[in-house]
Amino acid sequence: MPIHDQSYRRYGGGRVPRGRAWTVIMSAGLRGCFRKRAFVALLLLSWLPFLVRTVQLYAAANFPQMALFAPTPETFRQFLDQQSTFVFFVTVFAGAGLVANDRRANALQIYLSKPMTRAEYVFGKFAVLAILLLMVTWLPAMMLLVVQMVFSGSTAFLGRNLYLVPAITLLSLIEAVMVSAAMLALSSLSRNGRFVGILYAGLIFFTDALSGVLRVVTRDTGLAWVSFSNDLAQLGDAIFRIPLRYAMPWPVALVMVLVLVAASAAVLERRVRGVEVVS
Amino acid sequence: MTEAATAPIVTLEGVSVAYGRNAVLRDVTASFPAGAVGLLGPNGAGKSTMIKSLLGFIAPERGRMRVLGLDVAEQPLEIRARIGYVPESDAHIPGMNAVSFVAYCGELSGLPRADAVQRSHEVLFYVGLGEARYRNVETYSTGMKQRLKLAQALVHDPDLLLLDEPTNGMDPKGRDEMLALVHDLGHNKGVNLILSSHLLPDVEFACDHVVVLSGGVVATAGPIDALKQPRGQVFELRVKTPPGELESFVSRLRAGGLDCYATEDDVMRVFVPGEGGARELFAAAAAARVQVRHLRPSMPTLEDVFAQAVGED
Repeated sequence: MPIHDQSYRRYGGGRVPRGRAWTVIMSAGLRGCFRKRAFVALLLLSWLPFLVRTVQLYAAANFPQMALFAPTPETFRQFLDQQSTFVFFVTVFAGAGLVANDRRANALQIYLSKPMTRAEYVFGKFAVLAILLLMVTWLPAMMLLVVQMVFSGSTAFLGRNLYLVPAITLLSLIEAVMVSAAMLALSSLSRNGRFVGILYAGLIFFTDALSGVLRVVTRDTGLAWVSFSNDLAQLGDAIFRIPLRYAMPWPVALVMVLVLVAASAAVLERRVRGVEVVS
Repeated sequence: MTEAATAPIVTLEGVSVAYGRNAVLRDVTASFPAGAVGLLGPNGAGKSTMIKSLLGFIAPERGRMRVLGLDVAEQPLEIRARIGYVPESDAHIPGMNAVSFVAYCGELSGLPRADAVQRSHEVLFYVGLGEARYRNVETYSTGMKQRLKLAQALVHDPDLLLLDEPTNGMDPKGRDEMLALVHDLGHNKGVNLILSSHLLPDVEFACDHVVVLSGGVVATAGPIDALKQPRGQVFELRVKTPPGELESFVSRLRAGGLDCYATEDDVMRVFVPGEGGARELFAAAAAARVQVRHLRPSMPTLEDVFAQAVGED
């Protein structure tokens, strides 16, 4: 007689309340990313500007002759601008396959046969990319503020520029939401993650190029809103209360961002389904 | 037997589903009793569509469906928490080994992480993937992927399993083992299941009841044993006819109320209703001047039931 039955047994344990499936998807997604050495290397690389700025803040705080490098609110705006490059690479690396890989492996019918809604699935995937992007933008920017306080030994700078905390948070969130939504929508359009990455790069570079051409033709930056990068930059300037870099009202940039997010939501609503029907 | 035990686990009332202009289910009314039930039908009969409708993937144009006493349109999440689904196509979550994949599915179904991991190991052993459970699922063979799909459907201990062609692509040995698992679940482990298949032997082996779909409608339904009860006699018949006249002989048989269809071995199976038996067959052959070369009484099989139900030639 066996001392342990390895046959199928009924489950008598507890169950987690519904509505938390997105956290399971998010955790698994983040674990999957951090298992890849190349991605960890990219993430570490994205913190290089933070190290450079840290040295700058240290020098400005400890050597009077380096006062030229003393931080201003624009320092933090510039820092977030610099991080845009890493935002692009992290988005392509971690975001391109988020839905595309599931579609390739027919995993959507597995997901959606579980007690979870399509919105939970999308939000779980969205959260993976958004959190990674915040780790590249919001987290190092906030750390810079802390580092500045530590090196200067005073909270005077922060006290004078307290708006920096919500400004960094708001701009980082807008960027994370816009980029994550757009990438997720693109990812749902294909079964091939590499193709999605190329599509995303195309979208960014094409709209940037179009904006550049329009600037040359019209000798004006009033049509800079055609580029999503420009929209984000314009919003960033408005949020940080510095002079706007393009000759367009910032609400136009905000509308463009909202349109992109809404369009992405519409695409996801149509593409994320348990069954694909071609009629 | 209590009322709960005899109540159907799935009911469909006047359900119609269409993809665009193509009607797939037409006003289907059916009930699936507790236990192991086969959903049988030729390719394109609407079996997978019915299962996907029960899961809430496809909203029917008309009709009402209840699963485990819950309305599919109103409580899809409550239903999905209590069912396991084995899809027809290859399906997995990329980049995971079997333990992670099945545990992940358990967590998505509401199991705490520790329980999900423990159950994952248990069900993987149960389905026969114990030794391969740390391998990346993308390296699995087709048969192993079928077992894996069963494991992910079982991990949260569902009350109802929906299996869509679970033996697709499996070799004979793997198929037998999969059917043994399905039979065990339905008969020894107290899991209700609906086995969708176009393979009659699979359904006959694993199930007690059957619902036969054909052309989007229910052709017949009931306990397999009852359906196989002879309501007449079945004969294996081989005849010699002048070239090209076999069709007219078959037509003559059908006109006389004798249903017949060809098997793979050049032998017809003929249903003779009532008590006429072989005498009617000989009379029909004599009238058509056809030589009877082989005539043997036979036992009705599910194949006969299926052929009669869907009107197969």
